[in-house]
Amino acid sequence: MTDKALSITQVSKDRGKTRVLDDITLSLAPGQRVALLGHNGAGKSTLIKSILGLTSIHVGTIRIGDATPGSAQARRDTAYLPEAVSFHPALTGREQLTLFAQLSGSRADVPSLLDRVGLGNALDRRIGTYSKGMRQRLGLAQVLLGRPKVALLDEPTSGLDPISRQDLYAIIDELAGQGTAVLIASHALTEVEARTDRIAIMREGRMVADDTLNNLSALAGLPIRLKVRASANPEALAAELGGNRINGASVELLCSPDDKMEALRRIAGLGDAVADVEMTPPKLEDLYRHYAQEEMQ
Amino acid sequence: MTRFLAITRTEMLILRRNRWLLMATLIMVLFALALTFAGSAPTGTLGVDMLTVSVASMTTLSVYLAPLLALMIAFDAIAGDVDRGSLSLLLSYPAGRGEILLGKFTAHLAALAFAMTIGFGTAGAVAAWFGGAGQESLMALARLILTSILLGAVFLALGYLLSALARGATAAAGLSAGLWLVFVVLYDLGLLGAVVMDEGGTFTQSVFPWVMVANPADAFRLWNIAATEGVAMASGMTGAAQALPVWAAPASLLIWPVLGFALARAAFRRVEP
Repeated sequence: MTDKALSITQVSKDRGKTRVLDDITLSLAPGQRVALLGHNGAGKSTLIKSILGLTSIHVGTIRIGDATPGSAQARRDTAYLPEAVSFHPALTGREQLTLFAQLSGSRADVPSLLDRVGLGNALDRRIGTYSKGMRQRLGLAQVLLGRPKVALLDEPTSGLDPISRQDLYAIIDELAGQGTAVLIASHALTEVEARTDRIAIMREGRMVADDTLNNLSALAGLPIRLKVRASANPEALAAELGGNRINGASVELLCSPDDKMEALRRIAGLGDAVADVEMTPPKLEDLYRHYAQEEMQ
Repeated sequence: MTRFLAITRTEMLILRRNRWLLMATLIMVLFALALTFAGSAPTGTLGVDMLTVSVASMTTLSVYLAPLLALMIAFDAIAGDVDRGSLSLLLSYPAGRGEILLGKFTAHLAALAFAMTIGFGTAGAVAAWFGGAGQESLMALARLILTSILLGAVFLALGYLLSALARGATAAAGLSAGLWLVFVVLYDLGLLGAVVMDEGGTFTQSVFPWVMVANPADAFRLWNIAATEGVAMASGMTGAAQALPVWAAPASLLIWPVLGFALARAAFRRVEP
């Protein structure tokens, strides 16, 4: 028995002469939400297809609970949302979801599930008339069928408007709340930032980062941005703190996470000369750029 | 085991919804009726009833139409799902690939059987009404319907094979057209050429009938013709049928669907969505 919902251990895969997955190790505990980031062609979709057993790996092991990918048990325990999913246009949403419910052997209440993803009104309309976002919602509805141990979402936000994205993340939280480990491959960095427990970054088939956002920031050593607004004399403030003058009344400082408190003490020591301080930790975008574009060593 | 039935049910819905079933049935009825009326002239000279002549004409029709209709549904079965990106999702469910293929096959075969039965049945009823029918000609009609469904099953399975091998639905459609041309038209032309070149030698005597019956389309023709004297007379094609044992044509037509399905299953196993 393992307490991991999904464990990937030293997995490699070659396609022709290129190594598309190179020594990947990643594990998800039940209820954990992990964002999988990377450029196009970094190997995210290939990794997801390996977990589903749709494509074979050459080295290493993947386990869904205790089951091997592609086994009947593993297929019962995983839910999958493909990138830009599409269904047969002649079927209605209800018919399509009923098929999936029958295939998965779950006795789900199809209409209420479609209602849950906001398709209650389009229940008996043909999928051919659905918008891209509605098809994506239908895809999401089938993820909620049964109680999967692992949910693999490939670019789940593509084609969704901002409100739908909020709904999507509410659904992901709900999945995680019921103990499903959720792996989200995504480009929508800013949303992933707040909504996931851990971030894994892939580059050219290798896993270059796998940690919480805070730890990744510390590891990367990216600077924290301090914006100090002077109450009267920005020139003097800039001279005192040694930062750059920006937009008239403010001074910008960059400091490492270790020096952050020291810098704040110095600013506090200036007393009335400082009107306001704004602190911006490195954003996921900066981190992503750092890890995903780092030169090969 | 109920999973393949879920697939079957969905495929039936699709065939009804996109009017395939309606169109196929309509085509069968129209062609069968047209041939029955057009082919009713030689009844008097041959001394057989009108239904017998009608069955002979419809046999020739079915050789072309049954494979065509079957391939028209089958080419999209796997390649279409790959194109839509829905195959990877379908395969992530507990249903095995064999179950998926079997589910589609069951639905498609049922639709073909419906179109054949209604089409030939209507024409047969009309012929019987106007020109009379005997027990033998009714048997011939039943045999025609049954063997047409078998012939359809062969080309459904071969269509799935091409659909699994092709890259995309368009390529699968092209390959299917090629397959139809080879089995239904070119194969016979090739054999005809060989017989003419051979001038009645050993090839024509012993090899030719076996090569002919190996093609499911020809096996279908032979089975229908050999079984009824009247039909054989009406179609003027007795020589080849007499050179073979009775079981040859039925065996060919029964082995082909199984073989085709096994090949399609093997090719589908190797598809990486």
